[in-house]
Amino acid sequence: MHRFANPTRFLRIAAVVQPWIAGITVALFAAGLYMAFFTAPPDYQQGESVRIMYVHVPAAWMGMFCYAAMAIASAVALIWKHPLADVAAKATAPVGAAFTFLSLATGSLWGKPMWGTWWVWDARLTSMLILFFLYIGYMALQGAFDDRARGAKASAILALVGAVNLPIIKFSVDWWNTLHQPASVIKMGGPSIHPDMLWPLLIMAVAFKTYYVWVLLVRIRQEITANKVRILRLKQVHGG
Amino acid sequence: MADFFSMGGYGAYVWPSYGMTAIIMLVLLIMSVRSLKSTESTFNRLKAEAGPKNKKNEETSNGDEA
Repeated sequence: MHRFANPTRFLRIAAVVQPWIAGITVALFAAGLYMAFFTAPPDYQQGESVRIMYVHVPAAWMGMFCYAAMAIASAVALIWKHPLADVAAKATAPVGAAFTFLSLATGSLWGKPMWGTWWVWDARLTSMLILFFLYIGYMALQGAFDDRARGAKASAILALVGAVNLPIIKFSVDWWNTLHQPASVIKMGGPSIHPDMLWPLLIMAVAFKTYYVWVLLVRIRQEITANKVRILRLKQVHGG
Repeated sequence: MADFFSMGGYGAYVWPSYGMTAIIMLVLLIMSVRSLKSTESTFNRLKAEAGPKNKKNEETSNGDEA
C-alpha cells in the first residue's frame, strides 16, 4: 500500500516546500551575484575575467552532482522499484544536462582570453563533454521504447554504467597533463582560494543547488500528474 | 559605469557567460512550470469528465506505473 501512498504524499509536501525553495533561490542568487560583481576582487593574473568562475564552477559541480543523483536514483529504482526513484532520475536529467552544457560554454568563454583557445581535447574538457553526451543518451534512450517500463530500465542501466565517468572527471586534472587548473576548493588540506573569492563562489554554488531542487520538485510533480492522466485515460478506454 | 561593463577588457567574455547562464536556467524553469500547469489542467478536466463515482479509485492508483 505504501507504494501507492508515496507519490500522493510527495505531491502534498512538494506543494508546501516549493515556494520556500523558490524564495531561498532568488535571495541566494541576489546575494551571490552582488558579491561576485561588487565585493569579490579581480584576480592578480586573470583580472576581471575571473568573475566567470562564479557561474562556471557551480555549473560544473552541479553537472556532476546531478549525474550522481541520477545514478543513485536509478540504482534505487532498479533494486527496490521505488515509484518515486525513476521519476526523480528522469526529472534530474535535463537539469544536469543544462548545467553541464553551461560549464562547457562558460569554460569556453573563459578559455579564449586565458588560454588563447575556445577548446582543447584534454582530459578535463573531454570527460565533461562525455558527461553531456551521457545525459543526452539517457534522455534519448528513455523515449526510445514503446513500453515505458523498458525505457526506464534501459536508461537506468546507462546512468549506472556512465557513473564511472565521475571520478575520471574529478581526478582528470591530476592524472593527465592539462591546461585546466587543478582543484582549489575541494581538495586535501582545505581550499587554497582567498575568502573574498570563496564566499561568493560558495553562495552561488548553494543557489545553483536550491535552483535544482526547485526545478526538480516542479518536474516530479509534473511526472506524477502525467501518470495519473495516463491511468484515467486507460480507465476511459476500458469503460471505467 | 562604462568601466563596470567593460570588465577590464573582458566584457565580451564575462557578460555572455552570465547571460547564457541566466537564459538557460530561466527557460528550463519556465518550461518545467508550464508543463506542470498544462498536465494539471488535463488531469482536472479528465477527472471532471470521469465524474465523482471514480474519485476513490484515482486517489489510490496514482503513480503505480513508475
